[in-house]
Amino acid sequence: MHRPGMVSIWFFVGILLLAYGVLITASGLYELVSPPARPVVLGELHAGIWWGAVLLVLGAVYTYRFSPRRQK
Amino acid sequence: MSIHLIALSLGDAPVPTRLLALAPVDMIIIALYFAMVLGIGFYLKRYTKTGDDFFLAGREMTAWVAGLSFLAANLGALELMGWAAAAYQYGILATHWYWIGAIPAMLFLGIVMMPFYYISKTHSVPGYLKLRFGEPSRVLSAVSFGFMTVLMSGINMYSMALVMKVVLGWDINFSIWVSSITVAVYVCLGGLLSAIFNEVLQFVLIWMGALLISIIGLIETGGWSGMVARIHTNFPGGDYTHLWRTMGSFTDNPMGIHWTGIVLGLGAVLSFGYWTTDFLVVQRVLAAKDLRAAKLAPIIGAGFKMMVPFIVILPGLLGLALLQPKLMGEAQAVATGGHSYNEVLPLMLARYCGPGLLGLGVTALIAGFMSGMAGNVSAFATVWTYDIYKALIRKDATDAHYVSMGRWCTILGVLVSIGTAYLVMQFLSIMDYVQALFSFFIAPLFGTVVLGMLWKRCSPAGGFWGLLAGTLSSIGMWAWVKLDPAALKYIALSSNARDMAENMYRALWSWIVCVLVTVAVSLVTKPKPESELTNLVYGCTDIPGEGHLPMHQRPMFWAVVVALCFVVLNVIFW
Repeated sequence: MHRPGMVSIWFFVGILLLAYGVLITASGLYELVSPPARPVVLGELHAGIWWGAVLLVLGAVYTYRFSPRRQK
Repeated sequence: MSIHLIALSLGDAPVPTRLLALAPVDMIIIALYFAMVLGIGFYLKRYTKTGDDFFLAGREMTAWVAGLSFLAANLGALELMGWAAAAYQYGILATHWYWIGAIPAMLFLGIVMMPFYYISKTHSVPGYLKLRFGEPSRVLSAVSFGFMTVLMSGINMYSMALVMKVVLGWDINFSIWVSSITVAVYVCLGGLLSAIFNEVLQFVLIWMGALLISIIGLIETGGWSGMVARIHTNFPGGDYTHLWRTMGSFTDNPMGIHWTGIVLGLGAVLSFGYWTTDFLVVQRVLAAKDLRAAKLAPIIGAGFKMMVPFIVILPGLLGLALLQPKLMGEAQAVATGGHSYNEVLPLMLARYCGPGLLGLGVTALIAGFMSGMAGNVSAFATVWTYDIYKALIRKDATDAHYVSMGRWCTILGVLVSIGTAYLVMQFLSIMDYVQALFSFFIAPLFGTVVLGMLWKRCSPAGGFWGLLAGTLSSIGMWAWVKLDPAALKYIALSSNARDMAENMYRALWSWIVCVLVTVAVSLVTKPKPESELTNLVYGCTDIPGEGHLPMHQRPMFWAVVVALCFVVLNVIFW
């Protein structure tokens, strides 16, 4: 797992979670501004925003912590 | 492939209107996932040059990566959907397959068996049998494993494609080809290294995609007690929320099983057989960087396995509490146009997840399917290359040749799986037969391996004949019940027993047959000299001590912690 130059698996995990966090949070915010015609159950919790934020923060932390530059 | 024999049996029923409709953002999320797993495969190709790289990921995995991969290889999408469905049907009893049906066996693998697998430097479980018992045992085990692995992979592929058709309206051919080609490409490029990297990624996605359902579901029901109260209201008289209280009689619980079947058949035999000898999962631990990591990996896997019911069983229970109208069996659902148990997870997904979150949930299902399939094909490629091709066909080729063979084997394994998927599409009954066939090998193999590891006197002839007798007895019992259903009362100790109970007891009897034959034959045949048992058997192997390590770095310490949590959870949900 720690061969010279090999990017950590956790960096890939971070990148994907970060991208998902951005997309899901943005999607949740859009729904906040423009509520859907048929909202999901408990849509008032705006799960997209806070779950997206959780992914975004986790993704950012992992991307930074395991970035190839920091690993060098 | 797993001991979890509940398959999503959607049959050849007319497909109803799709359950979920994806928005553009959901499609982007799914597309990003495919791009990432393929990208990882292409990236890791440069690090996959030798046989050890391709088949054992260079034996460089940390305990965490090996442990999560060990668990992810078992966490297929059908596992998620099938056990959520089982939870709706049988209640919390389904949790037995995650707790007593997994945790003791995983801890036993880590603490007792892993040192012998790891120190012997075997490439595979059949490879260990070769070292311990000789070529006949290896060939019997390798051929049955290789054959069943690709068949099971095909069955899972077909079931998943059918799920995608029902849930998303996707064409079956599209689902089969796109997902399997993706798996073939990334495993072919990076071997086990690529499979493990992607399994860790898939593990995270499965949790992120499925956990939200449980969180919002508990908010809606007002917590656990609110959920239990709603279940009692919806299903008066039924007990869906106690693990052990209803296990005193076959007729007191919806599973039709007695606690002896769960404890002895599932907990003591079938789960030990699967978690300690199925190469699909053991291969991930063999990739660990040292013995301590190899011992810790199954313990870490056990810790997470204990939590999987919170993303699989809990959504099923929440479905019992919340979904109206009630879900029903497949046949009834087809006849009435209602929803079946099998749809509980997608229905809960649709209930709470809007655009974006829905894409994440569907990605979790796809990731689950792909991690299971990658596990199958990478294990198949290793067993074929090392235990069949190298052992029987070409013994003295170069390492590069075997790596090339492994790559071709990956493609071949995927193609055979696709062929099986189409065969199942034509002849659905094949699914039942193949699942039963796979269960034939699990319990006896555990008897053979554990005796081989712990008993010096166990002879090569004893190992081979015990394995063969156990397997044949399992097939015989299965055929007996098929031909004469009344035989169920002898095999499963009750004519009220259901399919699952029959599986448990058949496993128990076949394990006992294997052990008895192995012991009897060993006592009258010549054992291997102790000099040939070094690093293979207890008493002949110098296992490095852990006394010099701080407590928190010792695998035994964490095994005790996990075991205590396991006991506490069983008491809480008794």
